[in-house]
Amino acid sequence: MAVEVKTKETNEIETEQLATGCEAIAEAIRLADVDVMAAYPIRPYDGVMQAAAKLIANGKMDVEYIVADGEHSQFEIVKHACAVGARVFVGSSGVGWFYAFEAIAVTAGLRLPVVAICGNRALDDPGAFGTEHNDSLAVRDLGWLLPWAETAQEALDLALMAWRVCEDKRVSLPIAIGLDGAFLTHSQHIVKIPTQAAVDRFLPKFDLGDRLLHPDNPITIAPQVDQDWLMEIRRQNDNAMRQALTVISEAHADFKKIFGRGGENPFLDEYMTEDADFVVIGQGTLSLPMKVAIRRLRKERGLKIGLVRLKWFRPFPTEEVVKSLSRFKAVGVIDRDYSFGSPYYGGVLYNEIRSALYSQPKRPVIVGFIAGLGGREIEQPMATEIFEKTMAAGTGDLGAGDTCHWIGVRE
Amino acid sequence: MTTEIMPAQNLPQIKGVKDVPYDELFVSGHRTCQGCESALVMRHMVKASGPRTIVLGSTGCMYVANTTYYTTPWVVPWMHTQLGASGSAALGTAAGLKVLMRKGKMKNEKINVIAFCGDGGGADMGIGAISATLTHKDYNCLVLLYDNESYANTDIQLSSQTPYGAVTTFSPSGDKKRLMHTRWKKNVPGMLAAGHPESRYIAAGCAAYAVDLMNKIRKALELGGPTFVHTLDPCPKGWDYHPQYSQELGHLAVETGIWPLYEVVDGVCNLTGPTRQIAEGRKKRKPVYEYLKRQGRFAHFIDEDVEHFQAQVDKMWTDWLIPGVIPFTVPAKDIAILKIDKKTKPLHEEAKTA
Repeated sequence: MAVEVKTKETNEIETEQLATGCEAIAEAIRLADVDVMAAYPIRPYDGVMQAAAKLIANGKMDVEYIVADGEHSQFEIVKHACAVGARVFVGSSGVGWFYAFEAIAVTAGLRLPVVAICGNRALDDPGAFGTEHNDSLAVRDLGWLLPWAETAQEALDLALMAWRVCEDKRVSLPIAIGLDGAFLTHSQHIVKIPTQAAVDRFLPKFDLGDRLLHPDNPITIAPQVDQDWLMEIRRQNDNAMRQALTVISEAHADFKKIFGRGGENPFLDEYMTEDADFVVIGQGTLSLPMKVAIRRLRKERGLKIGLVRLKWFRPFPTEEVVKSLSRFKAVGVIDRDYSFGSPYYGGVLYNEIRSALYSQPKRPVIVGFIAGLGGREIEQPMATEIFEKTMAAGTGDLGAGDTCHWIGVRE
Repeated sequence: MTTEIMPAQNLPQIKGVKDVPYDELFVSGHRTCQGCESALVMRHMVKASGPRTIVLGSTGCMYVANTTYYTTPWVVPWMHTQLGASGSAALGTAAGLKVLMRKGKMKNEKINVIAFCGDGGGADMGIGAISATLTHKDYNCLVLLYDNESYANTDIQLSSQTPYGAVTTFSPSGDKKRLMHTRWKKNVPGMLAAGHPESRYIAAGCAAYAVDLMNKIRKALELGGPTFVHTLDPCPKGWDYHPQYSQELGHLAVETGIWPLYEVVDGVCNLTGPTRQIAEGRKKRKPVYEYLKRQGRFAHFIDEDVEHFQAQVDKMWTDWLIPGVIPFTVPAKDIAILKIDKKTKPLHEEAKTA
């Protein structure tokens, strides 16, 4: 049941409706006038493809909807459609994401702005449906932009941002929006669906320019460059990722102007940090139990604690992270992922945050937490333990070698 | 609901060598081996398709040896695709063009889409994606499999298209094991024709019969929908023979009956070239030994290997429902109930009586 709402900013009629993260993304696909999408079933991301299929069947959008024979084909199909100038959408989860890995790697190398979602799911074996970020994180070094959404609204907003940022000629890289499996892909939220007119103001038409594969522009794409040129080309990708920070900031400012949403900072979302001495940082939906814990512990014990939610993992907003985190005495990094054998046996985010802060003259104590793997709920006692350990680390009550903690594990 | 099919190009059949287009769209700049028949297939392919063509090239010789940065031989737009992705590349490109034209985002015109792959990329890794593509009947695209019977780009390793007993770097002949490779070649065009009833055109060709091949490419593109052409390409490096004999070996492969030339048009199988003459009984099949003895990859063969090879090829011609195409027949008692009557009896029987 959709409710019509008049927006304060533009007086346009936008609708509000209950939607899952997947359904919200499907609405973004409709609004962005996507040309080609390729589907293949795997839970939980495929909720998007099911929602999109309904929109097509009901005549709500016009898109070539190809049911592929596997994830590798799925990602290859949209890659090639994108090369001839089509706006595309694709996605996967868990081991399906890995089945597409070759296509995923070359898409970044080709600088094609493929927009994907990764409905985060634990990697088999053993089998598990729940959320874990290792699928998305596996592509972190390849040139894919990696934001994480917290709510269905943010999923829709990030998707609209995705085409705008990635199709910008300064970036021209693919993106994988992280949606926590079940917690976000399949839970309903109230979502504001923007008007087509507003989206058209925000999102320009896709134009590959002189990189379009067409008989009028007979170029050869991706020849053998070998050692002669590969480094120069890699360097261009590096520059594109650097530029992406600027392009995201611009898009974020425009998005706020047009839709009135998006928060203060394009890269971070801070919660009750003004007077906080100790914070935790993490990505995606784990912010919800942590926010509940912050309100409860502040009320019950008067603890000065807060949360920093990282919205973009790639490009990593080093400057913003440093500026934010160096204000606190201690920072607990919550990883919904693992990186076996890594420095201090920490998660991926833990080591990235430590690395970002290493060269800073003033830096907080950092302690790592691995929590909520396989979609395990982060319950309040676990959240309390995370804050207690973070505070203990900040006050020197935690041993020096006591750097990374698995939370809620049965021993 | 009817499916919309974009108009295909008007590509009339070539009547003879003098009718072949003059324009070269695959030119110098590549560094394929002397005598490379696959490079010739590329040349014939785009000659037949014309300039309004997009070519997608899957990893293999025809990518690595053809497309060096700054010296591309492709006059038409060309893009690399992954080893197992020729089917998906064709599909994605065709889908992109179709939707952009439908939505008015691109000028509506006839553009050919051809994705090529080698035998490794097509018959092994990419067979699933090619099969899927051949069921998407509302997209115009051709997948061309150039088959030089090994992973020739990576050092001549055996593929599912390497013939029985042949030496490759993965199947050397040694003191204890004379034959490391004893699998019979996978029947790709026959399998694809049998399994994809809505594909309007599936053919087997050979660059040694250039006009026949170019006409197959043209017919595939003109009929539209997803189509498939498989070419057998003699490879001096992989097959171990002097480069000047490439054309001759192509002829021998067909004349010995090892590589039948045919096309399946809207479900009707036509044998073409010398294959037709053999089936009609106008030409005698040459012994396979004439073909095998010309190639170093069979130099270790002893009489029994040659006999086995000959027996298998004979079976293709005497036992198969359609020689070299459909590898089974029906019991005699079922000929009537399956309506395989005199009028439509297996071709090999016609050949015997002729």
